[in-house]
Amino acid sequence: MYVYNDFDENFVRNRVAQFRGQVERRIDGSLTEDEFKPLRLMNGLYLQLHAYMLRVAVPYGTLNSAQMDKLAYIADKWDKGYGHFTTRQNIQYNWPELRDVPDMLSALADVSMHAIQTSGNTIRNVTADHFAGAAADEIEDPRPTAELLRQWSTDHPEFQFLPRKFKIAVTGAEADRAVTRAHDIGLRMVRNDAGEAGYEVIIGGGLGRTPMVGKVLRDFLPRADLLPYCEAIVSVYNLLGRRDNKYKARIKITVHENGLEKIQDLVEARFEQIRPNFGGVDQQMLAQIEQAFAAPAFVTKSTDGYEAARLANPALRSWSDTNLSDHKADGYAVVSISIKKHGATPGDATSDQMRVMADLARQFGHDELRISHEQNVILPHVHKSDLPAVYAALRAADLATANIGLVSDIIACPGMDYCALATARSIPVAQEIATRFDELKLEHEVGPLKIKISGCINACGHHHVGHIGILGLDRAGVENYQITLGGDGTETTTIGERAGPGFGAEDIVPAIERLVLGYLNLRETADETFLQAYRRLGADPFIAILYPEKAAKNAA
Amino acid sequence: MARPFTPKVVTANALLEGDAIWFTENGDWSRDMADAELITDEAHGDICLLEAQADQSAVAGVYLADAKAGAHGPEPVHFRETFRTRGPSNYVHGKQEA
Repeated sequence: MYVYNDFDENFVRNRVAQFRGQVERRIDGSLTEDEFKPLRLMNGLYLQLHAYMLRVAVPYGTLNSAQMDKLAYIADKWDKGYGHFTTRQNIQYNWPELRDVPDMLSALADVSMHAIQTSGNTIRNVTADHFAGAAADEIEDPRPTAELLRQWSTDHPEFQFLPRKFKIAVTGAEADRAVTRAHDIGLRMVRNDAGEAGYEVIIGGGLGRTPMVGKVLRDFLPRADLLPYCEAIVSVYNLLGRRDNKYKARIKITVHENGLEKIQDLVEARFEQIRPNFGGVDQQMLAQIEQAFAAPAFVTKSTDGYEAARLANPALRSWSDTNLSDHKADGYAVVSISIKKHGATPGDATSDQMRVMADLARQFGHDELRISHEQNVILPHVHKSDLPAVYAALRAADLATANIGLVSDIIACPGMDYCALATARSIPVAQEIATRFDELKLEHEVGPLKIKISGCINACGHHHVGHIGILGLDRAGVENYQITLGGDGTETTTIGERAGPGFGAEDIVPAIERLVLGYLNLRETADETFLQAYRRLGADPFIAILYPEKAAKNAA
Repeated sequence: MARPFTPKVVTANALLEGDAIWFTENGDWSRDMADAELITDEAHGDICLLEAQADQSAVAGVYLADAKAGAHGPEPVHFRETFRTRGPSNYVHGKQEA
């Protein structure tokens, strides 16, 4: 994977030194809070309900073991011994003290990491398919593209004060695991009829207050044109995007209000203008970056031991059925480590767990880890013969929950337990749903089902693209939860439809239980997933399950 | 017609730790909401807010929050403010830890 060169290293170290000075000046009173706030946000430091929060980028979700160890060290030394992995492949520390933050950033710089542009109206952490470089269905590894975009967007002088934040996601596989259609720019690596590599460029997707599915701006952009084309898009948005109303400032609204055609014309014109300035240096850099992401040296050995262990151990069998995905190399598997133990906080890992995962990457995983937008951790390259040992180590660290893709593998934003913007809590709802379905022992029978919970309309918990989405609101001073149905964040992205009136905090978990159990009666076969059944039947039967009293009244 | 003024407290976060704090009658800050001054007059509320905002050296994010009189001092009205008096619900962290 990519390792900082001297330029990267100096840049990040200088930024830490700069921020150290800014923190000192804030503490000694030379800077007011209004003056300091934009400076801290540029370095990922938020002020939340109970404390500061430091958001650290995990670029395109890729970590090595030394980086994961450092995240554990930071959690122990300056936080409360854990970290929270987010839906944007970041990690958040919920309890740092202001004075310590420069030291935390300095520790991150030791392992080629930073918190730059994890906040503010800038281009944020570029995210990617968490199975990048490993998935069997991959056309090309999206991480070199993502790293090139990271370098281009970091401290880009034109794009430090955009109308609003700007998020880019890249995927190189058939299946879209990076939610590219819900990003400001989504890039799908494709090949044209001549076999040349390029991108399908999608713009104007996004969730939040006004959810929209991204639209294709260019169906084939040659690879060499990536940076000038992206620069043209952001440049057009920078001038055209609305600054009068923050709720209408994202590019999805710019596209919606101006029409795709006008945006296309403006982008193409700007692209022609700036393209000569790039002169190929970006492609030389990309070639160097690609070398850094060369696939590990996969080995060929027998998987007989694994097959025998699987037969002998039902727990290993259950875990391997849910938590493994197909790898491109023979004999290998992609291991998803669930950090969604039933009843635990989705996305939280203790420092001990981080060290265990780092050790496993070192011993059995070609030193690679990934953070998924679904708030789990991935060991992308594990040989099947090592799976029994990996499973045993995970189990000992309370990390062997066999629930990937099931009811209890819930995305939840921090909600009002931490976030100053939240209108309701999300974490307790996720905890209760997972606990309840564990009691029912039904989730394997229910099968693939994505529940996503946001604690406010900004939709960090991706509720619009959950098969079942839950949105926490404040209704007259009481927490209230709205359900959306039929959302989908994959290559067939769909925004879920609101089912009806919201539920109080006591009623939301029973409502979800009713809905899921009701689905079991509605499905045609055990193989028909919740989403398939919803698409076949439409919303009505599900709404009738959610609101039985209303259904009874209508029937009378 | 203007909405009637509802009682309030001035609250903020401590600059160094980020912990929730409340403005007291003595013009200083307390980590315990019960010590806060319950403001029942709008004009006085504006003055308290200005005074509290002027104290840039130790606090961040000053605002007025609805409150009501309780047995031991002001109490929160809204659940958000209740959470600020104790901490998150998923771990015993924050004020409830002490």
